[in-house]
Amino acid sequence: MPDRHPVLIRGGRVIDVTGERVADVLIDGGLVQAVEDGMSTPAGATVLDAAGCIVAPGLVDLHTHLRQPGREEAETVETGARAAALGGFTAVVAMPNTEPALDSAAAVREVLELGVSAVCDVRVAGAITRGRLGRELAPLGEMADLGVRLFTDDGDGVQDARLMRRALEYASALGVTLAQHCEDKVLAAGGHMHEGEWSSRLGVPGQPAEAEELMVARDIALARLTGGRVHFLHLSTAGSVAAVRAAKAEGLAVTAEAAPHHFTLTDAAVEGYDTLYKVNPPLRTAADVVAVKAGLADGTIDAIATDHAPHAPEDKEVPFDQARPGMLGLETALALALTELDLPVADVLALLSWNPARIAGLESSHGGPVAEGRPANLCVIDPAATWVVDPDALASRARNTPYAGRKLTGRARHTVLRGEPVVVDGVAKR
Amino acid sequence: MKHLLSVADLGADGIEEVMRVTDSFVEVSERAIPRVPALRGRTVVSLFYEESTRTRLSFEMAAKRLSADTMNFSVSTSSAKKGESLRDTCQTIEAMGIDALVVRHSSAGVPWQVASWVGCPVINAGDGWHEHPTQALLDCYTIRGRRGSLVGLRIAVVGDVKHSRVARSGVLAFTMLGAEVTIVAPPTLLPPSLDGWPVEVSHDLDSVLAKVDVVYLLRMQAERQSEALLPSLREYTARYGLTRNRFDLLPDDALVMHPGPINRGVEIAADVADLPRSLITRQVANGVAVRMAVLFLLLGSEPRA
Amino acid sequence: MAERERAATPPYGGVFSARSRVMDAEDLRRAVTRIAHEIVERNHGLDGVVLIGLQTGGVPLAGRLAEALSRIEGVEVPTGSIDVALYRDDIGLRPVIPEAVTDISFDLTGLTVVLVDDVLFTGRTVRAALDALNAYGRPRAVQLAVMVDRGHRELPIRPDYVGKNLPTRLDEIVDVRDDGVDVGEKRGTGPERKTQSGR
Repeated sequence: MPDRHPVLIRGGRVIDVTGERVADVLIDGGLVQAVEDGMSTPAGATVLDAAGCIVAPGLVDLHTHLRQPGREEAETVETGARAAALGGFTAVVAMPNTEPALDSAAAVREVLELGVSAVCDVRVAGAITRGRLGRELAPLGEMADLGVRLFTDDGDGVQDARLMRRALEYASALGVTLAQHCEDKVLAAGGHMHEGEWSSRLGVPGQPAEAEELMVARDIALARLTGGRVHFLHLSTAGSVAAVRAAKAEGLAVTAEAAPHHFTLTDAAVEGYDTLYKVNPPLRTAADVVAVKAGLADGTIDAIATDHAPHAPEDKEVPFDQARPGMLGLETALALALTELDLPVADVLALLSWNPARIAGLESSHGGPVAEGRPANLCVIDPAATWVVDPDALASRARNTPYAGRKLTGRARHTVLRGEPVVVDGVAKR
Repeated sequence: MKHLLSVADLGADGIEEVMRVTDSFVEVSERAIPRVPALRGRTVVSLFYEESTRTRLSFEMAAKRLSADTMNFSVSTSSAKKGESLRDTCQTIEAMGIDALVVRHSSAGVPWQVASWVGCPVINAGDGWHEHPTQALLDCYTIRGRRGSLVGLRIAVVGDVKHSRVARSGVLAFTMLGAEVTIVAPPTLLPPSLDGWPVEVSHDLDSVLAKVDVVYLLRMQAERQSEALLPSLREYTARYGLTRNRFDLLPDDALVMHPGPINRGVEIAADVADLPRSLITRQVANGVAVRMAVLFLLLGSEPRA
Repeated sequence: MAERERAATPPYGGVFSARSRVMDAEDLRRAVTRIAHEIVERNHGLDGVVLIGLQTGGVPLAGRLAEALSRIEGVEVPTGSIDVALYRDDIGLRPVIPEAVTDISFDLTGLTVVLVDDVLFTGRTVRAALDALNAYGRPRAVQLAVMVDRGHRELPIRPDYVGKNLPTRLDEIVDVRDDGVDVGEKRGTGPERKTQSGR
């Protein structure tokens, strides 16, 4: 499928894992052909202006809910992929909590096939247990044979410590990573927001930070016991960050991600009972936000993952405690990372591109250096572009962003997938 | 005032205004024909997603005494769950041409959501564990009727504060009017955090009773036992119930209040509930006048757009 | 006119500014005495006569009339007050709020009620008062006493006893106090009232 049409990205500053330099990037046949300053435009080439912009490996989202199959009224592979491309992503990992769950080779294959024509590279995380019910192992090997590198029961954590141990042991032979949504179901039961000052005031049943931290601590212990690789999804509490920091210092094979809303918003946002602020894990305190930012800054948290969770209006226009948790993220993640984190651009790109590419096992095609012969999965970012989030202008089929009206700085200008400019000047080409 | 969602919307001045206007409606209620034409031609709809005979009747009587038309829309939560969204329900009702929505729901925050979706005034008749502003207003009015003012009064709120909208609204209103509030409850029945609550906390009812002006008992629900929040209702009564012996610890002029319905023999001894210093029936009577005041202030005191 | 009612009349808020004094304290005293005599005369004494002052401007005037009647006839006339806010026909058209609690501690059935107000203007307050009185019984007759009749009636209502007939412009304000009656205008508007939005 490589596009035979040459593309020249001109006048940008290239930033990748090797460093940064001013250079034009020539693409043809789906590959980067040359990275040099002041190249002349080949005949018939499409020129993408990158003046004042950053040219980087495409972003990689470890945590996307595409809702297909089962909830196509909220999102489809096609619309979710388009939202991803507009957000600067060239690869997303689709979560398996669809209806039915992605717990078999057949289910995984269906989503992968839907992704073939999408404007973003759609990869799949398989379920750890059958039906995500936490009782029996799903056929991890059969899914791994299709290229699945991450497994998770996301939406739920594997509650049974013995089952999680077996899963880690079994997975280690496959060279795959188990990703955990950390939430002790019993301790968190009935909680719809972070338990603390705000839940007490608002009369909303809360779930304590410890419900997350207990499972983080347990899975660190299981990683030590089994030697298996554990990836912690959307860490949200100071205690979780501290536990992962200690585990890494110990040399355990653990990685972690954080979602943009967990370094942007606090539980105080729930004050008006707007269900757009209902998310799981819930928005936490200001101190937790500080801890998540610190974890992103010092490498404890390896990646920013969107936890893009589209929901149809009828699932949100209900009482707070009946609303489905989750918010859109693909089209706002980059800008929030650039706006909210006080980090150099290269560090933000590490968190959004090459680190998650490595965790997802995609380093051969995504997140690598912008260099001759590499697959041309790139994004061009205008770090100075200011824009106001308009839910109706989002490509996602759903509208559940909590950032409506928020002014953000930084935006993906062009996105190139396998050599094809799929987003040009902020507009999806297909 | 556009809506009555929280007593915090009113502030101390707003509560005083409601109480002042309530005086007029108490006078109306005491007449042979307790009815005024003030809200003739207006329609007040009760949207109750939770069983509540008392509050619904109280609002309905208040609206009828103001000559408003009333309609009831009661929904069991289960049927609402599978049907249309809450937003669609509210907008459908509003499209019929109504003037106010009185909303009761077992989920906290619903009146706020409803207020954001409809154009008419919304009155919170109780949302989950969160607030029950008209209960707090009638409680303030009842205390004021006996004591003239709440300034400097010591009020003990006893029982299941964690799950109590009555307590949340009451603590806000009592303290806004200058009372000092002590919450008395076992730790399992306190909110997880009391940051920002202007209250004292005690786990020892006996030590508190001797120096209070009002003891406000909250309803204890049997299900708290099954949730492992209490070993047994018997143990709760032994430690936190207003028994006859505890009643005798109260100062001579101390008042006893309860939002109802009472679990006689659990949070309050049967004979204590009926003593003259118990204001429980007075609270119910004042409830109608307070709700008349609230309805009139929302519907009658503002020019209709 | 009561301070509260003035604040609730367009333009909302605003400050009353007196232009000219039309009655002084002596004029008022004499008018009260004359009206008292007329009441006695019209009703052949004070048997079955009660005074009901309209909140809020009519209440002090009713009190003064009761004093005068007591001096003249040596009879204490039962006196009450009535708030007509809940009976007004402009609820929803302008801000209406109860002024004070109605105080009528006797059954009006069979009695002659003299309604007392400070200023008679459109007649709508009196109409509301007539409606409100019904809640307290069925009077034998209702009469109306006002200190100032300023004209501009919008309903078929006329006073039985008048302190002074005073032709006015619609935008003028008549202010009856214990020490005299002023005519003037309202100047400037107070802080803008919040109006309901989205309806």
